[in-house]
Amino acid sequence: MFLYSFSFYLFSTIAVLSALMVISAKNPVHSVLFLILSFVNAAALFVLMGAEFLAMILIVVYVGAVAVLFLFVVMMLDINFIKLREGFLQYLPFGVLLGIVLFIELAMLVYIDKFEKSTLVNFSDLPVFTQIENTKNLGSVLYTDYFYFFQISGIILLIAMIGSIVLTLRERSGVKKQKIYDQIHFDAKNAIEKKKIKLGEGIDV
Amino acid sequence: MFNITLHHFLFLGAILFTIGVLGIFLNKKNVIIILMSIELILLSVNINFVSFSSFSGDISGQVFAMLTLTIAAAEAAIGLAILMVFYRNLGSISVDEINKLKG
Repeated sequence: MFLYSFSFYLFSTIAVLSALMVISAKNPVHSVLFLILSFVNAAALFVLMGAEFLAMILIVVYVGAVAVLFLFVVMMLDINFIKLREGFLQYLPFGVLLGIVLFIELAMLVYIDKFEKSTLVNFSDLPVFTQIENTKNLGSVLYTDYFYFFQISGIILLIAMIGSIVLTLRERSGVKKQKIYDQIHFDAKNAIEKKKIKLGEGIDV
Repeated sequence: MFNITLHHFLFLGAILFTIGVLGIFLNKKNVIIILMSIELILLSVNINFVSFSSFSGDISGQVFAMLTLTIAAAEAAIGLAILMVFYRNLGSISVDEINKLKG
């Protein structure tokens, strides 16, 4: 019990502190790295809650793909990051006020009496090894009850892929590129063009 | 204190959500940090989903957390692609100039 609560406080403290560093770090590369730290700690918290599969997915998808994509973009863009910091202090009082109000509202929602009386099961700290494992359990629900949701999320990912390719694709001028279609349809009949030249006049080629 | 209940996890989710919203407010000029703040907000939503799922003994919450993860990944990809186009056209990533993207 002590180990469980100790790990909860450890991981959640690191997650919150690194989340604070994400929004306050001067260098965006550092904020991406703190975002990765925050996600890893959240994955540890997921393990504490008994959602091992989701924890691994969080590390693979977020740290492995999304955070690396962020790092890639941050390093590719050549930006003067000091200029971007302007106005940070300007919005600080209003932002902190808004944050405090929002947090108090959320905390009041958490400490409402309804959760006490509702039908929450007693989540045990120790894993029960006789029960069905998390991945199998998740799969048995995801591919049956939530099958359409699964399919739609796949379609959303496909659309996102197509969208990002379409957005970033561009025709660059001055770059020599193979045009396969034109090359294949190059015909001897069209290759040579006969022209009659009048005496004393040139032609435009 | 030592008995970790649902409230602890919900409280953590609330703190992370607030930090994410605060990040959007404070970093008015840097679109990359705003995208990362959105990721933090989605992470806090995921923590809420998974904690409710564990503490009510229903696996459906974890399915929805997975769907949220999918949407977050798609959102990050599209957002960064838009950011690339924005930077290529204007040479900056300031939010103040983003109205120039209007056609």
